Amino acid sequence: MSDAATFFVLGASHHRAPLALREKLALPAEKIAALRARLGPAAGMRELAVLSTCNRVEFYGVADAAAVARLEAEFCILQGVPAAEFAAARRHAAGGDAVAHLLGVAAGLDSQLVGENEIFGQVKDAYAEAGAAGAAGPVLHRVFQKIFQHAKHIRTHTAITEGQVSVANVAVELALNIFGKLDTARVLLLGAGEIGEKTAKAFVSRGAGTPTVASRRLERAMELANALSALAMPFWLAPVKLGEFDIVVCATAAPEPVITRAAAAMAMRKRPARPLFLVDLALPRNVEPTAAGLENVFLYNLDDLAKIADANRAAREAEVVRARLIAAEKAGQLWRQIAPRLAADGGGGTGPSADTAPIG
Amino acid sequence: MPNLSDRQWLWLAAACYLAGFALGTVSLLRGRRHSRAAMLATLAVGFTLQTLGLVLRGRAVKGCPLGNTFELFQFTAWSSASLFLVVGTTFRVSLLGYFTAMLAAVLTLVSLAVRAWDGMPRAHIFGANPWIELHAALAVFSYGVFGLLALTSAMFLLRNHSLKSKHVGGWFSFLPSILDLDHISVRLLGAGLTLLTVSLAVGAGHWVPHPETVNVAKLLATIAVWLAYALALGLRLGGALPARQLAWACVSLFGAALLSLSPVNSSRHPPPAPAAPAAPATAAARTP
Repeated sequence: MSDAATFFVLGASHHRAPLALREKLALPAEKIAALRARLGPAAGMRELAVLSTCNRVEFYGVADAAAVARLEAEFCILQGVPAAEFAAARRHAAGGDAVAHLLGVAAGLDSQLVGENEIFGQVKDAYAEAGAAGAAGPVLHRVFQKIFQHAKHIRTHTAITEGQVSVANVAVELALNIFGKLDTARVLLLGAGEIGEKTAKAFVSRGAGTPTVASRRLERAMELANALSALAMPFWLAPVKLGEFDIVVCATAAPEPVITRAAAAMAMRKRPARPLFLVDLALPRNVEPTAAGLENVFLYNLDDLAKIADANRAAREAEVVRARLIAAEKAGQLWRQIAPRLAADGGGGTGPSADTAPIG
Repeated sequence: MPNLSDRQWLWLAAACYLAGFALGTVSLLRGRRHSRAAMLATLAVGFTLQTLGLVLRGRAVKGCPLGNTFELFQFTAWSSASLFLVVGTTFRVSLLGYFTAMLAAVLTLVSLAVRAWDGMPRAHIFGANPWIELHAALAVFSYGVFGLLALTSAMFLLRNHSLKSKHVGGWFSFLPSILDLDHISVRLLGAGLTLLTVSLAVGAGHWVPHPETVNVAKLLATIAVWLAYALALGLRLGGALPARQLAWACVSLFGAALLSLSPVNSSRHPPPAPAAPAAPATAAARTP
């Protein structure tokens, strides 16, 4: 990297930093303020934004090489992380490569779960924090605002955000394919284990009404019901009341099927026009497989859901290639606009990736 | 406005519908959702051009253009497209525009391709009775509703198949939920049946006092279509007909309804008597 100030990224992410290191590197708001105070009006550090999420801590700014080195040193001291440990996991790039990296991050291409939405808001928060701290200048304003536009374009013009990739979310997506909206769908959770709880939470988060929990241990059902703001029901009532529910999540440790074909058929007689979605997350299975043959009954077991999640993941990965091409093109265009301004301002923007030095 | 004939306007309309169908097909093959605005615009342009063509034809025949199989197919396609433009946008059902474009393209192109369906020119086919014209227009419009119903039913069957067979990816993912499709289908069935009932009531007002004017084949075909749809709705509302069977019934019934257009139409156009094969074509008024 040359001595002239240029746009840079410095940081560590889930790609190279294990969870234990990321925990040490995390920068909550008060620590960002502390770091800014430590850096002070450092010569050479013109602009600085800090992105800190559970998967990455990254600095984006405009600075010369000496200022970036000082930032790295102050950061390691503040966090109590040996410089060598950070250096082993860090990513440092400048110029067009840094712009491309930021675009990849904002679009969700660099996320652990490719295409996830949360990162876009987190990048926005980082930009807002820099603005509030008076650390965003003309370059950061230009870069971040264009990055938001381009990231939105990538997310809407490719399929990187389509298709759920976790078993719980796949089940919710299937329910939406059946019921359209979940606000009127009644959810019954059989079993009070972790996977059932996660799935019930996923349904509630997507608008399902108050779920009902039934477990062989009523006290455990009530405990989980309290945690989920749900209702509890004695387990033996479940087959009898089956017809009153639209979505039944089965996750018990029962060695025999809890829902037989006969029980499902009886439930459907009470509700012939309304579909019944059975989600069998248990091993051994809780629902007799022959129940799938009933009219208006949709039965998915753990294998079915996992296959869909895998297919969605593969489809997203395939789209990532296309999304990266778009990102590279957009980032190149953006850098070509910024570089001359930086150069005119005495910075290092002499051309596309003129002083790019990915050393991380 | 270019000085085109009615059939030329209708060819242009058919081309628009075909373009909408091609646009949707290409998008689906590329694994993407087609642009809703582009599909709506294509169908709206096709509908406008078709309206122009039908207006010209209506002026030429001095009445509603429902005088032969060609016109009946065109009017059915026009009804489906108009209903989609009014109702389809409210339902916000993804892919319904694509399927509507497909249905309209098939109906218009087939009717344009079969020259024999658009025979001799004629005028005043409904005589001087506007009620008969209303009866015919409502009946064919209800067929347009049943056409849209057949599309939502076909979409239901595809969605049901995808969920049952656990193939929910690809273009299946663009289909609406089965419950939404079922609700829309029941509403369309109710609307179509209401239109057909009103049409039959209006027609009965003319036929009951003049039973000699009624062609038995036409009467039987029409009543059979009405009864079948009424039975389907009654069974569905009574909970005796599951959604999938209703969907199959609606797809099959629309096919049967289209076939019934032939006896309905031939009742107005009895084959010429063998004794007068050389009679010149005239624009003689016919009663429906």
